[in-house]
Amino acid sequence: MAEVASSSVLNVLEGPRAKWKYLDNILGREGPFTDPEWEPGQPVFEGLERAKVLVIGAGGLGCEILKNLALSGFKDIHVIDMDTIDISNLNRQFLFRHADVGKYKAEVAAKFVEKRVKGVKITPYCGRIQDKDDEYYMQFAMIVCGLDSIEARRWINATLVGLVDEENPDSMKPLIDGGTEGFKGQARVIFPTMTSCIECQLDMHAPRAAVPLCTLATIPRQPQHCIEWAHIIAWEEERKDITLDTDDPEHITWLYQKALKRAEEFSIPGVTYSMTQGVVKNIIPAIASTNAIVAASCCNEAFKIATNANPFLGFPETENYMMYTGDESIYTYTFEHQKKPDCPVCNPNALARPLHVDGNSTLQDFLDGLAERPESQLKKPAIRTEAKSLYYQFPPSLEEQTRPNLSKKLNELVESGEEVAITDPAFPLQFKYKLIFK
Amino acid sequence: MLKIWSMKQQQDEAAQAGTKKKKVTAAQLRVQKDLHELSLGSTMRTTFPNPDDILNFTLTIEPDEGMYKGGSFVFDFKINQNFPHDPPKVKCTQKIYHPNIDLEGNVCLNILREDWKPVLNLNAVIVGLQFLFLEPNASDPLNKEAAEDLKQNREGFKRNVRASLGGGTVRGQSFDRVLK
Ligand SMILES: [Zn+2]
Repeated sequence: MAEVASSSVLNVLEGPRAKWKYLDNILGREGPFTDPEWEPGQPVFEGLERAKVLVIGAGGLGCEILKNLALSGFKDIHVIDMDTIDISNLNRQFLFRHADVGKYKAEVAAKFVEKRVKGVKITPYCGRIQDKDDEYYMQFAMIVCGLDSIEARRWINATLVGLVDEENPDSMKPLIDGGTEGFKGQARVIFPTMTSCIECQLDMHAPRAAVPLCTLATIPRQPQHCIEWAHIIAWEEERKDITLDTDDPEHITWLYQKALKRAEEFSIPGVTYSMTQGVVKNIIPAIASTNAIVAASCCNEAFKIATNANPFLGFPETENYMMYTGDESIYTYTFEHQKKPDCPVCNPNALARPLHVDGNSTLQDFLDGLAERPESQLKKPAIRTEAKSLYYQFPPSLEEQTRPNLSKKLNELVESGEEVAITDPAFPLQFKYKLIFK
Repeated sequence: MLKIWSMKQQQDEAAQAGTKKKKVTAAQLRVQKDLHELSLGSTMRTTFPNPDDILNFTLTIEPDEGMYKGGSFVFDFKINQNFPHDPPKVKCTQKIYHPNIDLEGNVCLNILREDWKPVLNLNAVIVGLQFLFLEPNASDPLNKEAAEDLKQNREGFKRNVRASLGGGTVRGQSFDRVLK
């Protein structure tokens, strides 16, 4: 028996797909949970190799995600991160070495994984996600996020929702999002416009724990209170004209010394330079194993979505959110977070509909026309583009300032193809139109 | 054929220009909705230094009752793109004598920090600010001296408020004249 097993292992080890033997066991045959219409074998292998995946973030979660995707058979991976490697990253961001300190995370991570996993291509971009346009995001089969910023998540979420074109099924990009904080974490899958989005789930993010300002000002009890005091109050009092740069060691040193002095006044021990850095930069404690757990579950879902080998998290009308808590023993819970009908990003009216208008008509004409449209019937509308406040019915000062726009022609106010957003107190929802001049 | 090709390129360019147009952000949209819901009444008004930028504005409160009646208080609102996850940053632009507002204009109002939630709106904030002038609160002091005065001697505190509103000096500290 042992001999048979070892010789069959040997056969596979010699073939071209030798290292994917265990993956192929899943992709090469039907399993108890596979869809009856799913066909295992060659097309599935190829689909996985062709699937272009974008990883956002090459930090604690990102290192794990890149490693896992490469070891799961993905061959065409892109990664975006604007940060450079700091010495404090080295304890858990295992794709980086001491000699890499100061280099771009995306570049170093891509090189490392490419070298370690033969045949995988990783294309780094060292910059902001906001630098890239719709066309760039359109090329991917799915996006996996390992971010620590809510702002960046909201941006990519709104971008992916905006990409969805009803005529083009490829325009819906699954968004797989991982997040951790200490022993806690979550993995979630979003099918933009179909299932609950990041904006729908905004209340799932715990707000940053804040201490009342008067506590900081009058009765600090913890070293962190002294640091926050230096950060919020002392800096404003004494260095108002200098913009605080949390990456500038001189600035952190100044805050540290202020905090230390205040802590001495109140006999509070424990203020350190690194604690100052942590409080001021709001560094969330990262635990390597929590990152590993969350990244692993994100990548398994990415694999299942790419191959259809097994049912995955986030399929419309099923569970889409997995929370993990290791604070007190272990607790995990997977549930369906419902789409918010009034979500400002993904409700059907929030998607910009093309609207053909006469560029020579006035804003007033346009609003009058909208008032007659069955879906709107506006009463006290407010309308804007990203750059301009076109007209606000309220508050009075803004009404007065924007009133002159009512008699201007649309082509003086917006460009053809530009998006306008309209809200009205009579409606909980907003309307977005892409104005196209006839 | 060449003509068709150049037409196609033009189309592509136009399409690209279309995709790069900026979209109204979620924070802008939310502020726009919140503005509809402001109840300013007769004692408050907003000013937008740049009407195109609705994320930065000032709110003037002119209480018509209470110890601060007759004053005109101007607060600076700065809202970032992470609103409503992050609360608005609110500061008083004048140096005033108030137990919950320090000499730099920092405001101690729970919903501006520790009790902020994304379901709260800008109206909740302006109601909270208005309330600070009707019921200054000695138990959340940002200006310790003013809080002490309010606790120890309410009548003396009232006199100090009147003096400070006129631009006078209280305990050696001079204040901005904020009478309307
Ligand atoms: Zn949504």
